[in-house]
Amino acid sequence: MATASTTTGFIRLLRALLIPFLALLAALLAGAVVMLLSGDDPLAAYSGLFQGAFGDGKSWARTIRKTVPFVLTGLSVALAFKVGLFNIGASGQFVIGSVFAVAVGINFDGLPAFIHLPLALVAGIAGGLLWGAIPGVLKVYTGAHEVIVTIMLNYVASLLGGWTVYAGGTQGQTPGPLWDRTAGAISETPDVLSSAQLPWLFGPPYRVHYGIFLALAAAVLIWWLIFKTPLGFEMRTVGHNMRAARYAGIRVNYTIILAMALAGGLAGLAGAIETLGLNHKFAPEFGGAVGFDGITVALLGQTHPFGVLLAAFMFGALDGGAAAMQFESGVPADIIQIIQALVLAFVAAPLIIRMIFRLRRQTHGDAGSAVSTSWSGP
Amino acid sequence: MNQPTPASAFRRLGGRYGNAMFIALALIAIAILVNVTPLKEQTWLRVLFGISALNFTLRATVPLVLGALSGILCERSGIINIGIEGMMLAGAFGGFVAKTSTNHWPLAASLIFSVAVAVAIGGLMGAVHALFSIRFRMDQIISGTVIIIFALGTTSYLYNRDAIAEGKFSSIALPGLSRIPVVGPVLFDNPPITYLALIMVVVVHVALFYTRWGLRTRAVGEHPRAADTVGINVNRYRYVNTSLGGMLAGLAGAFLVLEAVGQFQEGMTAGRGFISLAAMIFGNWNPFGALGAATLFGFTQALQNELLLAGVTRVPRQFISMLPYVVTIIAVSGLVGRVRPPAAEGKVYETEGSQ
Repeated sequence: MATASTTTGFIRLLRALLIPFLALLAALLAGAVVMLLSGDDPLAAYSGLFQGAFGDGKSWARTIRKTVPFVLTGLSVALAFKVGLFNIGASGQFVIGSVFAVAVGINFDGLPAFIHLPLALVAGIAGGLLWGAIPGVLKVYTGAHEVIVTIMLNYVASLLGGWTVYAGGTQGQTPGPLWDRTAGAISETPDVLSSAQLPWLFGPPYRVHYGIFLALAAAVLIWWLIFKTPLGFEMRTVGHNMRAARYAGIRVNYTIILAMALAGGLAGLAGAIETLGLNHKFAPEFGGAVGFDGITVALLGQTHPFGVLLAAFMFGALDGGAAAMQFESGVPADIIQIIQALVLAFVAAPLIIRMIFRLRRQTHGDAGSAVSTSWSGP
Repeated sequence: MNQPTPASAFRRLGGRYGNAMFIALALIAIAILVNVTPLKEQTWLRVLFGISALNFTLRATVPLVLGALSGILCERSGIINIGIEGMMLAGAFGGFVAKTSTNHWPLAASLIFSVAVAVAIGGLMGAVHALFSIRFRMDQIISGTVIIIFALGTTSYLYNRDAIAEGKFSSIALPGLSRIPVVGPVLFDNPPITYLALIMVVVVHVALFYTRWGLRTRAVGEHPRAADTVGINVNRYRYVNTSLGGMLAGLAGAFLVLEAVGQFQEGMTAGRGFISLAAMIFGNWNPFGALGAATLFGFTQALQNELLLAGVTRVPRQFISMLPYVVTIIAVSGLVGRVRPPAAEGKVYETEGSQ
């Protein structure tokens, strides 16, 4: 009987991978059409992209490096999805996580690395947790829709992050608390102390840090949380049917706030890893798009933690190869953004894919998790 | 029952047009008072309510109110539209490309053509959103997100940084009206899209509440099954309304490029589409309520501008720039529960037996 169940499990896995795979394929084809229409050569672009992502050791290193934040922001969005919440705020949570991590990382000189580094990482997670909890609390107690609140908090976080490294104003405004006094008019923090830097797995020129293991561990942990714990069961129940969950005695409000906070913590960890492992400081321009890409990664991964891993790897390759593609073929790297949007469109609407590839329609189990209930609260 | 008091009359009106309208009216009253009395000698009051602050408020309000009207048209028919941001951006870009490729035309013709292109692009994006939501039954919030990401990516990919749009709309002073003190220079000496936006508020209000089309739109958004039963084609209304909403968002984009800034910048909508949504909620899905809310949000943006220019505060500029976003969060947290969205919003409608 064991063989039978493994076979069905394998078929189920194949079926789960089918739509994302076809969505990626369709998006690449549509991207080629866009390039043809604007007079670029798609074959040169895609071969440049592939070379840039997997061509040699350095390309592989870049792909892995870029995969790490996608895994964590993807998990952040996916976890919120499981509870029926739409977290568009990963980029703000990422920024706050970076700021908190760097605040610990540039202070506490003399601490041994085995205390300093974890402390900085935890600070990053805590920053994200706090920032993620705000929309959760507002949703529960005032009914404010998390989509609007998280988007507005993205702008606030970006300004807040900018202020912490603010070089001061001409009208006597005091500089931000984390600003590097030796940097002159440049708005950035000093370098993170070496005791708080994430060590290299492969040092320069490869520059792969241990963050990849943290990302993998986070994926396993979230999988365990969602599918193997009572709390995860409660989260999924709330996500499926909030009213039924309430009748069953599940603490819906608590679950919503906790899920948003954990989602924020994951994005905050992404920010902490990027600053402690790669940038080694914070400046206002760090952060940005990873949060929005987390949405696509989560949906491409079918909101399953291991699916998110695969999807993040895909996105790491797309992003890692983009610069090389532009260099080799002259096609603007922005085409990658279009392809990512198309992936999102195709994966979120399996019906389009089924129409394009003439697949038989399944009776159920196709629809993604529904998030658009309405603007009112729970 | 209750003894009628002056306050209850206000509450009745408030319930009808949304609380936002009253905050906005109060601000306008203060503004007139400040500008015609010696109060204007006070630096702080001048910064908050001077003619320049009011002018800036109106300029900041126009894209917000157009976006909010766009949201109202979509949501009254039952389609959630968080893609307004993307539709605005796509409209702005379309208008910019049209303007740069018709620079050699007479200015007025080139500008009007560019507005038409922006509106058409916005309408197209709206139609795509409707297609995703209705035909392909995509989750409406995700479909909106797709529109936003797609617009951001496409406009950056196609944007030619060397292209320059020559000329933009200039103010037209309405004869007579523009000489009224305070009100005249603020309301009646503006470029055309500003007038158009204010007219659209009235048009949408009348269309929504006093025409057959409006009654049917609201029926489709509240109780599609009932609407279907009396022979209204639910999904056709949703397609049409979402496309019209996209056109209004495109007009907001045209305003940004052809009237306010004069050029295109990547990501130039800077969250206005989302603030519009908040204005729509704050205004209780009513056009006049949305105008009031948009004015309030526009005022916070003007405030940010005036405070920075006047140099009257030592608060770091980042905190001043947060104002519009923080006020938006406070507005949506403070009011939900007292406002009510259309009942059938966000739900796919299928006629019985269509499975």
